[in-house]
Amino acid sequence: MTMSSPVTAEAPVPTRWPARSPRKPSGGASWWFVLPALLAYAAVVLLPSAGGAVFAFTDWNGLAPELAFIGGANFERAFRDPQVRSALAVTAVFALAITVLQNIIGLALALLLNTSIRSRNWLRTLLFAPVVVTPVIVAYLWKYLLSSNGAVNQVATALGAGEGAVNWLGDPRMAVVSVVIVTVWQTMGVAMVIYLAGLQNIPEELYEAADMDGASSWTKFRLISFPLLAPAVTINVVLSTVNGLKLFDQVFVLTSGGPGYATETLSTLVYKTSFIVGEFGYATAIALAMTVFVAAVSMGLMAWLKGREAHVH
Amino acid sequence: MSTDLHRLGPWTRELAAVLSTGLVAVPLYLLFVLSLKDQAEMTRQPLALPTAPVWSNYSRAYAEALLGDAFMSSVAVVLLSLIFIVLAGSLGAYVLVRRGSRLSNAIFFVVVAGMVIPFQLGMIPLYQAMAKAELVGSIWSLVVFYSGVQMPFTVFLYAGFIRAMPLAFEEAARMDGASGWQVFRLVVFPMLRPITITVVVLNGVFIWNDFLTPLLYLSGSESQTIPVAVYAFVGQYATDWGLVFAGLVLAAIPVLTAYLFLQRHLIAGFAGGIKG
Repeated sequence: MTMSSPVTAEAPVPTRWPARSPRKPSGGASWWFVLPALLAYAAVVLLPSAGGAVFAFTDWNGLAPELAFIGGANFERAFRDPQVRSALAVTAVFALAITVLQNIIGLALALLLNTSIRSRNWLRTLLFAPVVVTPVIVAYLWKYLLSSNGAVNQVATALGAGEGAVNWLGDPRMAVVSVVIVTVWQTMGVAMVIYLAGLQNIPEELYEAADMDGASSWTKFRLISFPLLAPAVTINVVLSTVNGLKLFDQVFVLTSGGPGYATETLSTLVYKTSFIVGEFGYATAIALAMTVFVAAVSMGLMAWLKGREAHVH
Repeated sequence: MSTDLHRLGPWTRELAAVLSTGLVAVPLYLLFVLSLKDQAEMTRQPLALPTAPVWSNYSRAYAEALLGDAFMSSVAVVLLSLIFIVLAGSLGAYVLVRRGSRLSNAIFFVVVAGMVIPFQLGMIPLYQAMAKAELVGSIWSLVVFYSGVQMPFTVFLYAGFIRAMPLAFEEAARMDGASGWQVFRLVVFPMLRPITITVVVLNGVFIWNDFLTPLLYLSGSESQTIPVAVYAFVGQYATDWGLVFAGLVLAAIPVLTAYLFLQRHLIAGFAGGIKG
């Protein structure tokens, strides 16, 4: 697993052939230069992933020296396993809810920042700040704020919501809501800055022309801003969906999958099945199924949204 | 700056600004305020400013959470990983783009395809290999991990930038007799500066904040990164929230400080670097 880094390898200089075909100029770029990147990628991603794909067809428990190939038994088990089905459903709900909320809130904030309000510079700084703070720290902050006598419930009580307000992290439904709130609070800034960059690329003349025609704000948004934001929508939706499907840190800290299995995602399930239960073969089978699922969803979404981009223009 | 919300009165917009400020500022305010309260005041009056600030929460949290050591580990992991990621990623992308052959295109595709592989798939075999190489418990396991796992994204970013770069400078340097390595070091790499900033920012934030992999490789060892140290610390003092919050504030200070100084680059990196 150690890596050599032959970055100092000298490329053979083609002294006698000063220029290659100008159509495919390699600029003297030696194949040696690509080795460090390829070695690191192969050692950390390609080979272990291939290994994982093989282990998925075995009954390996991570310790036993021998393992047996059991064909597709792990996958059959996974399809019947109520815990896997539940984790799949929970993961899908998280991805959907996070994607929808993050994009709506991110877009609303971007529209706000794209106006001439005086405070917009420091407002942008503040609204983006949660993105860079370590998710574990953010999750612990909210874990207290949402606890039974935490700040959120105290405010709710003070506003007259009645005694024994919401059991945010203990109730199965509300635990799902809580994870979504915390995740969106942390990541909405990413959607915001991507939408803001998109808005600032829209030529001013379009709005001026619309103003002359007496268009309303809503009409301008519907007919100018939103269609021209299509590429930003594609990036944001794919990005938040993929991140939602891989959700781990927030769940692990806030609820560790509970109560019961109410917030158990595929990521936390794979982690527990392998490192706590010790069923490595079965866990990699779930991970492989998850890989195919995430890849299929992200590529499908990408294709659909790219098609939509062409359509709205 | 005239857009959709322009016609809403200035009052409506300022009100929306205040509301969204509160959305982010209130939880951050509570993070600081609660870190200075003792248990009794915390449950009695969580929202008000502390009547008698418990500054000792900070000295205790710093010592108990081993945050000084964690800070050094985090800095080492981020710096060493970034050095490799930037050098290997830029060199690799440069070759794959400038070769322009069928082989280099195929390799590029295989590398970039790594962006959709969730690392959970290789997580277990990689852990076994790291254990066999006796890297578990050392920060080098993480440096190796991030160097590989961030390579697809990094090569993707560099390749997009290099494709749009004119060839003329490289050709001129080669005419003057520069070797391939010299062309890269003296001509190409300096021109990559804008995308290198994006690569450093996006990878740096990701590596600094990453939790699951450091938890696997460093948990219980001497050299924990900040997220793992915070996790262990909170697990130990879960009921003493004032102390816990002081630890959270201390752990967040380095990244928030970096953010205040580098926010223009950070926001530009997130806004532009992520698009495909």
